[in-house]
Amino acid sequence: MGLTSVSFVSFVLNGRRKKLDVHPLKRLLDVLREDCGLTGTKEGCGEGECGACTVLIDGVPVNSCLVPAAHADGTRVTTIEGLGGRHRLQRAFVEHGGAQCGICTPGMILAAVALGPRPSLHDIKVGLAGNLCRCTGYSAIYRSIQQSHV
Amino acid sequence: MLRDEGPLVPMAGCTDLYVALNFGTLTETRFLDLWRLDALRTIAIREGALSIGALATHTDLIRSPLVRRRLPMLAAAASEIGGVQIQNRGTLGGNVANASPAGDTLPVLAAADATVVLRGAGATRRVPFSSFYTGYRRTVRRPDELIVSFEIAPIRGRQRFRKVGTRAAQAISKVVMAVIAGETPRIAVGSVAPTVVRARRTEAALAAGASVAEAQRLLLDEIAPIDDIRSTAEYRRRVTANLLARLLAPRSA
Ligand SMILES: Cc1cc2nc3c(=O)[nH]c(=O)nc-3n(C[C@H](O)[C@H](O)[C@H](O)COP(=O)(O)OP(=O)(O)OC[C@H]3O[C@@H](n4cnc5c(N)ncnc54)[C@H](O)[C@@H]3O)c2cc1C
Ligand code: FES
Ligand code: FES
Repeated sequence: MGLTSVSFVSFVLNGRRKKLDVHPLKRLLDVLREDCGLTGTKEGCGEGECGACTVLIDGVPVNSCLVPAAHADGTRVTTIEGLGGRHRLQRAFVEHGGAQCGICTPGMILAAVALGPRPSLHDIKVGLAGNLCRCTGYSAIYRSIQQSHV
Repeated sequence: MLRDEGPLVPMAGCTDLYVALNFGTLTETRFLDLWRLDALRTIAIREGALSIGALATHTDLIRSPLVRRRLPMLAAAASEIGGVQIQNRGTLGGNVANASPAGDTLPVLAAADATVVLRGAGATRRVPFSSFYTGYRRTVRRPDELIVSFEIAPIRGRQRFRKVGTRAAQAISKVVMAVIAGETPRIAVGSVAPTVVRARRTEAALAAGASVAEAQRLLLDEIAPIDDIRSTAEYRRRVTANLLARLLAPRSA
């Protein structure tokens, strides 16, 4: 069961099947950015604190800087590119000032996607507690998520 | 080198391991991946005891009706660990094996008199949580052993958990305390000594009718906090005393 026995990693990335020859311990963040060319997933801290690297694995938010490639094997991975650009949350973040420099935005939006429809303000705060933003002071982000449903 | 054939490092949710890996402080190179061992994720009642698989994530603990009913203070502790991304990957076994004195689930398991179930080459052994840690970041786990589960007998009394950190989420604890209030009180405190402290003298005094003020004085004798980047020893002492009073009070939140 040693990890070296795994020679490739396959998963469904934004609806498309991927089979990659990467080291099983490579960070999922680097696999996405370097091997898949999807740079929407950002690196902030590289230590699980900021949430900029958030992606969904089987619909569940995780910090891709702390996930070995091997743990993505056999899963469905969703990155910000998977939302297609016209998602209600993406539009709301633009309209309501939820994004300023934008570094935290992909992670914020994916964490918000995982909250499902019409989360309460409390649920939004809990669900986004692992996502840091240096620019907005958060209230514009919370407002964007709440307004995305109207 | 012979060391190349040394023991494999167990890998669970990687929320501690990958912080070390990303910072180059992880020296080991051979890992044993546990993440797919779903059998180690089971939460069930076995022979009257609550049995929690080592791979149960903090999210699993928060959502488990059994944990919420039997060990609500564990669900409370899990919900204060990191943000959701950390809760979705970090495991109970990882929190315990990582052996940080600030681990938030440690005082809960200590106060609950949990049993750690270890499995090595063919043999299983059960270790009381109070004998699991032998010093700062040191445990009785042998290199070839895995933590497979935790067993917790039914608990009588009100369970309380409180963590004092710098922010609501994502904060490493400055002081973390679990209390079972009732006829035979049980008290455990984290982040105030090299390992989690089970305050047996304070418990005995309270069971014999000591006042809260006496209990606070005794508890401060049982801990050994230090100054570090997160806090000072004096602040931790004051917080510890305040937390005890609050968690022993009949109707505290
Ligand atoms: C941003 C951030 C915030 C955090 N916040 C908190 C917090 O508030 N409170 C807190 O207590 N912790 C916190 N942590 C630490 C960490 O998330 C927890 O300790 C978590 O429970 C570790 O579990 P894991 O499965 O990720 O462990 P891993 O990283 O996979 O492993 C940790 C250690 O345990 C060993 N191990 C894991 N499972 C087993 C097993 N079954 N048997 C034997 N050994 C095993 C590993 O070999 C390794 O040494 C935080 C971490 C980060 C990155
Ligand atoms: S880059 Fe992953 S949490 Fe900050
Ligand atoms: S918009 Fe800049 S960090 Fe959030």
